[in-house]
Amino acid sequence: MKKPIIAAILATTALAGPALAQDPVTLTIESWRNDDLGIWNDTIIPAFEASHPNIHVEFAPTAPAEYNAALNAKLDAGSAGDLITCRPFDASLELYNKGQLADLTDLAAMANFSDVAKSAWQTDDGAHTFCVPMASVIHGFIYNKTAFDELGLQEPTTVDEFFAVLDKIKEDGTYIPMAMGTNDQWEAATMGYQNIGPNYWHGEEGRKALIAGTQKLTDEDWVAPFEQLARWKDYLGDGFEAQTYPDSQNLFTLGRAAIYPTGSWEIGVFRPQIGDAFEMGAFPPPVQNAGDTCYISDHTDIGIGMNAATAHPEEAKEFLEWVGSPEFAQLYGNALPGFFPLSNAQVTLDDPLAQEFISWRDQCESTIRSTYQILSRGTPNLENETWNASANVIRGTETPADAAARLQQGLESWYKPGEAAQ
Amino acid sequence: MAARRATRWHIAVFLAPAVLVYTAVMILPLFGTLNLSLYRAEGFVGLANFRTLFGDPHWSEQFWNALRNNVWFFIIHMLVQNPIGILLAALLSSPRLRLAAFYRTAIFIPTILSFVIVGFVWKLILSPIWGIAPSMLQAVGLKFLFQPFLGQEETALTTLALISVWQFVGIPMMLIYAALLSIPDEVLEAAEMDGITGWSRFWKVQLPLILPAIGIISILTFVGNFNAFDLIYVAQGALAGPNFATDILGTFLYRTFFGFQLQLGDPNMGAAIATAMFLIILAGVCVYLFAIQTRLRRYQF
Repeated sequence: MKKPIIAAILATTALAGPALAQDPVTLTIESWRNDDLGIWNDTIIPAFEASHPNIHVEFAPTAPAEYNAALNAKLDAGSAGDLITCRPFDASLELYNKGQLADLTDLAAMANFSDVAKSAWQTDDGAHTFCVPMASVIHGFIYNKTAFDELGLQEPTTVDEFFAVLDKIKEDGTYIPMAMGTNDQWEAATMGYQNIGPNYWHGEEGRKALIAGTQKLTDEDWVAPFEQLARWKDYLGDGFEAQTYPDSQNLFTLGRAAIYPTGSWEIGVFRPQIGDAFEMGAFPPPVQNAGDTCYISDHTDIGIGMNAATAHPEEAKEFLEWVGSPEFAQLYGNALPGFFPLSNAQVTLDDPLAQEFISWRDQCESTIRSTYQILSRGTPNLENETWNASANVIRGTETPADAAARLQQGLESWYKPGEAAQ
Repeated sequence: MAARRATRWHIAVFLAPAVLVYTAVMILPLFGTLNLSLYRAEGFVGLANFRTLFGDPHWSEQFWNALRNNVWFFIIHMLVQNPIGILLAALLSSPRLRLAAFYRTAIFIPTILSFVIVGFVWKLILSPIWGIAPSMLQAVGLKFLFQPFLGQEETALTTLALISVWQFVGIPMMLIYAALLSIPDEVLEAAEMDGITGWSRFWKVQLPLILPAIGIISILTFVGNFNAFDLIYVAQGALAGPNFATDILGTFLYRTFFGFQLQLGDPNMGAAIATAMFLIILAGVCVYLFAIQTRLRRYQF
């Protein structure tokens, strides 16, 4: 593990000498975000090259589904790019453990990021960070503001208000109260359980306690979100059991549903589809009692690290420092509304809905999805089991208590708290 | 002077391409898979993977669930697809039927469609939100019969099996149709002379003559169903929802071998499942070959 660092340091001293006018060094970025190719080429890279004329950057994405396999093959063959876009948690941790991602703990820009933001790209003990956090997605509820105004409804802040709003929409009958289906399962877990859950398990406190083994999935705080999900059933559209994710998106964008439990990544998708048909608003997951601290899932999704075998570690680090800077956060956040920079820097976003989402970071405590770190390493896989359990609970075929007991039993069968750091 | 015949090299030469290609793309991978199932990341472990698969409740529960669903999938095909296929073939071979070529083509077309198209089209037809199934039922006042068929544990698997039947009913139809056409007119005329016509001709003369074809269709259906994967994956995803109600051996294998979402792939356990599938299919085919096929009487015309 230490070797790459030494190599990097040696390379630094070697390069420090002749800093005269040279041809620019070319850095290549490996990424799965091929959707963002235009944004990188037109906005981000020109901005970087303008201030760093000695470095030329090339963004070379692969298709998302092939990325992990292609990257591993390239890294093994020594033909991977200098900069590596990092998947969160285990996929990148494995690369670091193999010595293929460089340790970036000492990067100055790391000070711009909170511990939660860095946790997706750290060793289990948090001692080494190997990717610079780039973006996260925030969960919450997007709603049809025009419909709310029509029915005289306010954004709910507590769970009781939330259900009162749902009741009123249902009573009125013009709109489906909430657009969600259980066919694809992941929405139930990601946009349901992981969306409302942090308010019950107090964000990081509960998530860490679960990893430490001091809390169990059968504890009240972890069962309560399932209990709320079970109540959602009555407010979903007819035949929600067979409703898919695109169905739910369409129900909302066509103005047939009033509330859409979601994540911020939809902003960029919904904007052009809805156009001027109606106005969108967003509210964070409602808390149990008025005045409670609110918690949001601000899930770390994309980071960027350095290939330990790069020929230009110095320039690569320069680029990474820039990625950690407020300037990058500003550029990236506006180019991709809904993918929020993880930096602590104050960022002004142009999109009002994106502004709304990011403003929750000031009011609420941030956490990440509870199943992503460490707890989904074994079989049965906790994340995938949670999909199934959440969908079952919403459909009413499994009680919240049974679902929680099943998840805990599955987790206990392979996970022994305390051994995680090894 | 019967000189000993020279070694007939041409036989080996002509067989070689097929044998080599088949060995390279079928036999070697098959043994590779069997071999893989005896290893774990740490090395050779004997039958430990199978002990996990059948002994660990988390694995065995999923395996038996997938097998049960697979058997049900097969039963639906045998009870619905093949009788309908035979019926259609019998109707098509009737000389009084007009437009027979058109029907034959129309019924056979779904078979050549991609699974992706079939899965997607049926998902849309049955969609409670946009589908034409609910509105058509409403038009005839039967809306109460509509349910989100693909989203309920009780109905999802049967619905998917019926979609698969819709897609593949053309194959038994064509095979039986060909078998029916190969029955010489003399046989049928002789039956007619004996006063056997209409349906009784079908039951007493034609059906016994096409039994070998039905046997072949059954075994093709068996192998096809126990290797099925595509339709379920397209319609319900790798987690084969709702609550694994549509999980069959193919989707279970895929999930295990390639991994899914945060679950990393496990090639060794995947190979163990593939081996179990291979043995199940092998057993089924053996039962057919030795217990059924040998008892079928064949008629030469």
